Amino acid sequence: MFQIYCPYCEELREEEEFHPKGQAHIVRPANPEACSDEEWGDYLFFRDNPRGIHHELWVHAVGCRKFFNVTRHTVSYAILETYKIGEQPSVTAEPAVSESTTSTDDVRQGVRA
Amino acid sequence: MNQQVQRLAQGGRIDRSRPLDFTFNGQTYQGYHGDTLASALLANGVDIVNRSFKYSRPRGIVAAGAEEPNAVVQLGASEAAQVPNVRATQQALYAGLVARSTNGWPSVQKDLMGVVGKVGGKFMPPGFYYKTFMAPASMWMTYEKYIRKSAGLGRSPAEADPDIYDHRNGHCEVLVIGAGPSGLAAALAAARSGVRVILADEQEAMGGSLLDSRETLDGKPADQWVADVLEELSGLANVTLLPRTTANGYHDHNFVTLHERRTEHLADCAPRTAEGARQSRARLHRVRAGQVILATGAHERPLVYAGNDVPGNLLAGAVSTYIRRYGVVPGNKLVLSVSNDHAYRAALDWHDAGREVVAIVDAREAPDGDLVGEARERGIRVITGSAVIEAKGANRVSAARVARIDIDGFRVAGPVETLACDCVASSGGYSPVIHLASHTGARPTWNDGILGFVPTLVDGVHAAGGAHGIYALGEVLADGVAVGSQAAAATGGEAAEVALPASQAIAESPACALYQVPHEKPTLRAPKQFVDLQNDVTAAAIELATREGFESIEHVKRYTAMGFGTDQGKLGNINGMAIAARCLKRTIPEVGTTVFRPNYTPVTFGAIVGRHCGELFDPERYTALHQWHVENGAEFEDVGQWKRPWYYPRKQGGKLETMHEAVARECRAVREGVGILDASTLGKIDIQGPDAREFLARIYTNKWEKLAVGKCRYGLMCKDDGMVTDDGVTSCLADNHFVMTTTTGGAAAILEWLELWHQTEWPELDVTFTSVTDHWATMTVTGPKSRALLAELTDDIDLDRESFKFMDWREGTVAGVPARVFRISFTGELTFEINVQAHYAMHVWKALFEHGKKYQLTPYGTETMHVLRAEKGFIIVGQDTDGSVTPEDLGMQWCVGYDKPFSWIGKRALTRSDTARSDRKQLVGLRPKDPKVVLEEGAQIVFDPNHAIPMPMVGHVTSSYYSPTLDSGFALAVVKGGQQRMGESVYLPMADGSVHEAEITSTIFIDPKGERQHV
Amino acid sequence: MSESALSRVNLFDSRADHASVAVESPLAYSWQRSGAPAPSAASRVVLREQTFLGHLILRGGAIVLDEALREVLDIGLPGRPNTLSWDVSGERSIQWLSPDEWLLIVPGGEAFAVERRLRERLADASFAIVDVSGGQTLLTLEGEAVPELLMKSVVYDVDPSHFPVGKGVNTVFAKATVIVRRSGETRWELVVRRSFADYCYRWLLDAGEEYAIGVER
Ligand SMILES: [Zn+2]
Repeated sequence: MFQIYCPYCEELREEEEFHPKGQAHIVRPANPEACSDEEWGDYLFFRDNPRGIHHELWVHAVGCRKFFNVTRHTVSYAILETYKIGEQPSVTAEPAVSESTTSTDDVRQGVRA
Repeated sequence: MNQQVQRLAQGGRIDRSRPLDFTFNGQTYQGYHGDTLASALLANGVDIVNRSFKYSRPRGIVAAGAEEPNAVVQLGASEAAQVPNVRATQQALYAGLVARSTNGWPSVQKDLMGVVGKVGGKFMPPGFYYKTFMAPASMWMTYEKYIRKSAGLGRSPAEADPDIYDHRNGHCEVLVIGAGPSGLAAALAAARSGVRVILADEQEAMGGSLLDSRETLDGKPADQWVADVLEELSGLANVTLLPRTTANGYHDHNFVTLHERRTEHLADCAPRTAEGARQSRARLHRVRAGQVILATGAHERPLVYAGNDVPGNLLAGAVSTYIRRYGVVPGNKLVLSVSNDHAYRAALDWHDAGREVVAIVDAREAPDGDLVGEARERGIRVITGSAVIEAKGANRVSAARVARIDIDGFRVAGPVETLACDCVASSGGYSPVIHLASHTGARPTWNDGILGFVPTLVDGVHAAGGAHGIYALGEVLADGVAVGSQAAAATGGEAAEVALPASQAIAESPACALYQVPHEKPTLRAPKQFVDLQNDVTAAAIELATREGFESIEHVKRYTAMGFGTDQGKLGNINGMAIAARCLKRTIPEVGTTVFRPNYTPVTFGAIVGRHCGELFDPERYTALHQWHVENGAEFEDVGQWKRPWYYPRKQGGKLETMHEAVARECRAVREGVGILDASTLGKIDIQGPDAREFLARIYTNKWEKLAVGKCRYGLMCKDDGMVTDDGVTSCLADNHFVMTTTTGGAAAILEWLELWHQTEWPELDVTFTSVTDHWATMTVTGPKSRALLAELTDDIDLDRESFKFMDWREGTVAGVPARVFRISFTGELTFEINVQAHYAMHVWKALFEHGKKYQLTPYGTETMHVLRAEKGFIIVGQDTDGSVTPEDLGMQWCVGYDKPFSWIGKRALTRSDTARSDRKQLVGLRPKDPKVVLEEGAQIVFDPNHAIPMPMVGHVTSSYYSPTLDSGFALAVVKGGQQRMGESVYLPMADGSVHEAEITSTIFIDPKGERQHV
Repeated sequence: MSESALSRVNLFDSRADHASVAVESPLAYSWQRSGAPAPSAASRVVLREQTFLGHLILRGGAIVLDEALREVLDIGLPGRPNTLSWDVSGERSIQWLSPDEWLLIVPGGEAFAVERRLRERLADASFAIVDVSGGQTLLTLEGEAVPELLMKSVVYDVDPSHFPVGKGVNTVFAKATVIVRRSGETRWELVVRRSFADYCYRWLLDAGEEYAIGVER
């Protein structure tokens, strides 16, 4: 059960109030008729499924009804940031791991194995 | 009544002035207030509490807490109050408690199971589960009956539970799990800092190890310090104390589920409060914590030696707990087998109780700590470099076989001495309780210093004291304060002073690593050495698993069932891993540990469900007219969460109509007279803004630019893949103002859909969407006589067919109530949809019936609505469509604006090669050749009924009814290329072998030109 | 302001103001079905339905709406998310629902006049007003056990130390959704959708049993 910071309500709220809406930053082609079937198919059906940083679209359905973006780590489930529609993520890569610390990835080996 | 033969005359935290009678396996016994069921059974000298899962061996009580593997009982005096899988060590005794072994068929005392047990032994070798699941499924059915009956893991009650359970959403800055020394110290530090603290502890009383400690704090018994701290905490408004509460699951982002047993220490069923109110038997706290402190302590590890499952084998720490906390000595002659100093307490406590300590057998060569010295001073025999290699006895330990051992060589290194005794207590060290930390998915780390795994902690989680391998009391308390202060500071708490009580410094000699004790015979031939008592997993089974090639500890676990089920490896996991490591010639950290999963101990289903059951199971949404429907005998249908009238059966000749009869009557009333439907559940969205029209044009498939004020239009919505997702009528209320209707089930999703496109793609459009579903009640008056009826109730709406045309809407007054009236039709008949503010719906509805008497105004439900609309070929999204149907598949090209300037949602996809195929499944009508046949919805369609099986399936029936107007069955269906196959026959093979033949027809069965709705 | 701005929306007074018209609140059926336990001295929660109030949804920019509201009703728009404010009489409240959405609750019968005056004042600005009076109802809960009752019902943190007077949130209530507002030291409000009202009422009676919940009618 996540706790998600709604950038519009400006506070942490329970996951039950939100709906996930898939990958963020999928832009509808400006001129659909100019797209090949393959390009249109990519837009419709193909999504990233990364191990690690993922940008997602969520909506605060039982709340302010606003859509916003979430940067979430798909292994640790840590939410690294939330930001409004139209904004760009500030976390786009794994934080550098120093020798002495274990990376989140290693720590969570077998999370849902 | 049996005597409490093992009860001491004094000592312990029980109240000897409050005796309590209870029943175990049909025998009545007596214990005291303050006892657990386990301590009371031991006091009464009950040795055997269960038969083992697989081998049916007699088993006794081993532990004193949640880690107890054997004393798992079925509780409940009545059938309705049955509770399975209760640990007797965690169940407080109350007067009249009735418990029984879960696994005692036919009796725990008599070994009538011997035969089956022996069969079972061969019958269920290691890998049994694995092999069974790999075998044909039918085999499992055979095994399962056997296992259930012979092994039995408790049973659920056959009658309804009389108790209630509930949930509580808790929020705090610091959640402390465990109220032993570290938890109390941490809670105190956090509480004094002012932040909100929840302190949860699974035991009857808070204090943990301090409740049976030999040590003093500030020169006083340790439990005095516990009492002082609890007094302070309970007086603070920012602190919530939850005794009898187990933290069972640690979930994402510091969300922890706590299972509070609120009345299980009082009676079978929850007693009422003084005011007569019901109270919940158990409560699930759903806690969101800023910081979590795991002060869960450590579980003592038993040593693995032959015969270690015979009743009378206990954990050393449990012996101390029973003596010091409950005044019960679980035997008369003790042999203690240890690898560490701390466990010497058991011998000292036993000696204090005035019973004989035969010997302490220490695996170390030269132990010299303070406790060792004290034992020697008392004249207790200490045998070093040795271990108990085997406990003898059938139903109770009768002797211990002791020998010198070579740990590194894993062999017995000297002659065997047999010591007569009736209790063998063992300690192989301590394992931090890391279950909750493991729930996060973080793998624990092996710590050679403490010979145990310590938790790996994710952000916002801390461990204190024994939970991460700090065991000396003074250090534990200091650690608790430090961690509590740190957690509080992280959540905005003020720094606060906590003075540590003075504790004694106890010198300890280092422990040695001992898990499985060698026997004279190799493991595979030695008497059984149990690793997991609950699942009957032996050291030999683990060795066998490694020999069969299972190298991953997760595979070994699944192969042997070690740590399965409710046990979750509390006692046996480390020993099992150590044995696997030895067999594989690896180290324990190389072998790793298995993943512990929620729940830590079983949680009753009632607590998981809470009050979401019975009449509160799910919201029932009612329209403003619901009471009328109830009073007029409606049968209801669930549509999403709505309760909609399905049909209104009438009494005919003393008998209630069947649905078929009622629907036929309702259909005729609409086609011939006038009927009325409560359509309030349709989604209604108010759309305002200068760009409302443009938005509609983008989101709907059809055109909106020319819809005039006062007009309504049917619209179809697709997703961008071109598949139909919703439909409904949208009306132009004013230039910048529309009201959209959606399907009943789609209302919320469509509002979110509109917001999605507006917020993410087209924020420049000036338009807003607001749900008005609940504001308006909608009454559909339909049938040739509807105009005449409505005319009696309005004098300010011109109902003339020329001035108020089909697909117009007008505003005015109906029965004295301001109303918007829409001339739209889902029946094909002349129809007026009256919308009024819901507060007045009942008034208008009743007025309609008052005036409707002379027209035999007939209420109809969703079933009649379905028949009537299907006769007209009107689709229901979600019934005639399934997310793979385009507007063209539906033959609704008339509802597609191919030349609209904006490439609306779904348009581009219609020209994708797959969407543009001519042999897609298309919506058609079906007329069964036999008019009496009503085809099955969902029935598969084939072109050639004589084709060899498997026949190519070319479509299926989506809607099918009997039409009273046609006096025939009829259906809508999707058929490959169906729109080009009008008049052809298709076939529907049924499960009973019969085959129906039907003709492909138009989807419109009645009034193909649509004249009736225009009258 | 221009007449044309008004004409571009359908301004419709859906309220019937005749004694001859029977009016039913969203809990009308619930009173029949589940009854209403009378408050007693032991009641630590007392529930009351504030029937037939005017509920208006305002959409638009905060600055223009704030000015219009001050002029028309003498209430300032709450600036912070999830807060609400009242007029001097305490009879009218305005609550933040989202950055461009507010809930205005006014005494029964005022909604249409308020909407008209706001529309006149806002004229050609970008905004929307929707009357939802028939679609929801306001319940007040009064008593020292209200937070306990709410903790059994909503996922939001309603601990009084974290939910000050003047706070209001839209959140999950049992398996429905409600707006929870705190209007006084021991006084709380729930805004409940009409179709969910019976479910919420039955839930409240059930959860309130241990606090001897009473219902004022
Ligand atoms: Zn929000």
